[in-house]
Amino acid sequence: MRVTIPSPLRSYTRGLSEVAASGATFADLLLDLERQFPGIRFRMIDEQNRIRRHIRFFVERELVTDLAQALRPSDEIQIICALSGG
Amino acid sequence: MKKMSRSPARKKSKATRPKAGRKTKAAAARRGFGTKHVMLMVGTRKGAFIYHGDASRSRWRLDGPHRLGEIVNHVVLDPRDGTTMLMAARAGHLGPTIFRSSDMGRTWKEATQPPAFRKAENGANARAVEYTFWLSAGHRNERGVWYAGTCPPAMFRSEDGGATWRGIDGYNDHPMWPKWNPPNAGTPDGLVLSSVNVDPRDARHIYMVTSDGGLFETYDAGESWRSLNKGVEANFLPDPYPEYGQDVHCLALHPAMPDRLYQQNHCGIYRLDRPSETWTRIGNNMPKEIGDIGFGIVVHPRDPDTAWVFPMDGTTVWPRTSPDGKPALYRTADAGATWSRQDRGLPRENAWFTVKRQAFCADDFDPVGIYFGTTSGELWMSPNEGRSFNLVAAHLPHIYSVVAATIE
Repeated sequence: MRVTIPSPLRSYTRGLSEVAASGATFADLLLDLERQFPGIRFRMIDEQNRIRRHIRFFVERELVTDLAQALRPSDEIQIICALSGG
Repeated sequence: MKKMSRSPARKKSKATRPKAGRKTKAAAARRGFGTKHVMLMVGTRKGAFIYHGDASRSRWRLDGPHRLGEIVNHVVLDPRDGTTMLMAARAGHLGPTIFRSSDMGRTWKEATQPPAFRKAENGANARAVEYTFWLSAGHRNERGVWYAGTCPPAMFRSEDGGATWRGIDGYNDHPMWPKWNPPNAGTPDGLVLSSVNVDPRDARHIYMVTSDGGLFETYDAGESWRSLNKGVEANFLPDPYPEYGQDVHCLALHPAMPDRLYQQNHCGIYRLDRPSETWTRIGNNMPKEIGDIGFGIVVHPRDPDTAWVFPMDGTTVWPRTSPDGKPALYRTADAGATWSRQDRGLPRENAWFTVKRQAFCADDFDPVGIYFGTTSGELWMSPNEGRSFNLVAAHLPHIYSVVAATIE
């Protein structure tokens, strides 16, 4: 599935704003991203598996609140950095 | 003021490297920078900046910015190999990490396992590292060992030059941790663990401090800890002299006399000469109109009786700016019995900046160079132990840290 990458994370994706990744759940998708782009997951997800404060995930434009959410191969994924200020 | 030389911001300059070959030494000499010089690692709210001074420390050349836009709390060069640098960083949107350079900042790679707590069971005590605040190289005989202090207060150790980090369970999981680090307490940026000082005589003897627990020491490399706060005031608690609960802003162990410790505390300036366990408030000898509140304290690299502080206003609502808007260092040459003001070259009035605890340091030249960075983005230095000051750089972002290293 297609995953949109925000600018703060493009240093991990070699500058790509969109990448392909797969997973049966959102948690699986994040693991696939980490496999492809080492280090990217920890900057979005803390060590307690919580989504970091200024990170938002959307599946088909719906906000993800549970990383166990199931995904379909056709889903369009957006990773967005929310306003952080300063 | 000395004019600084500055390379274009986005163009990486070719910094002089330590242990350089002949060609590099010759190139450095042609550029007017001797092979022995001071490198300043400046961590800011918006990235890291590295300044190389010439042998006289009167001209400075910028290398950077590095990781522009990231919040950089600390950048430290490994004194054991002279080439490895670690950077504690996070971004406004992204979680914390450690960047590593093995070529003096030319390239940076991210740690493969940054400091992080263990996954909590059942969601209980589910702590997460907000940011790494402090970095210290380990003992000189333990190459590759580093220590990190974080927010919330926790201590981490790396044994591979900063690539992977493991928590020091003896502190992080100590049964007293919740009491040493009470919830809803601490500074605007949260409670932190900092000032990791390794005893040069014993790699297993380590001191560190926290924002709401005070000073702690271990004799077994972190397996067990004891507080060491006797005589230190905590005037924000019901018992002003508790066993723990003090707010130590900065601790400095003297490298030539490791039994001598200085601390700049939230409640004053103190000295401890081990084996005594009772601190002496040497800040009582500061001028009363200045007081003895501040963030950092710097020791002379060779003279255990000489130290510098940078007082700030700790009255009323704690502005934390220089008293009366007139910045100055205070120097003692007799272990705190007397203090003298040093402000030649600094703004005479209406300077309302703050100097944070990591943003105040010394080099090991003779005479010693003193350096500090301000929250308003100015980098100042004295080439003569504080007798006069020059501006090295202005218009930088809010400065969090300044670390000096001698490059030979």
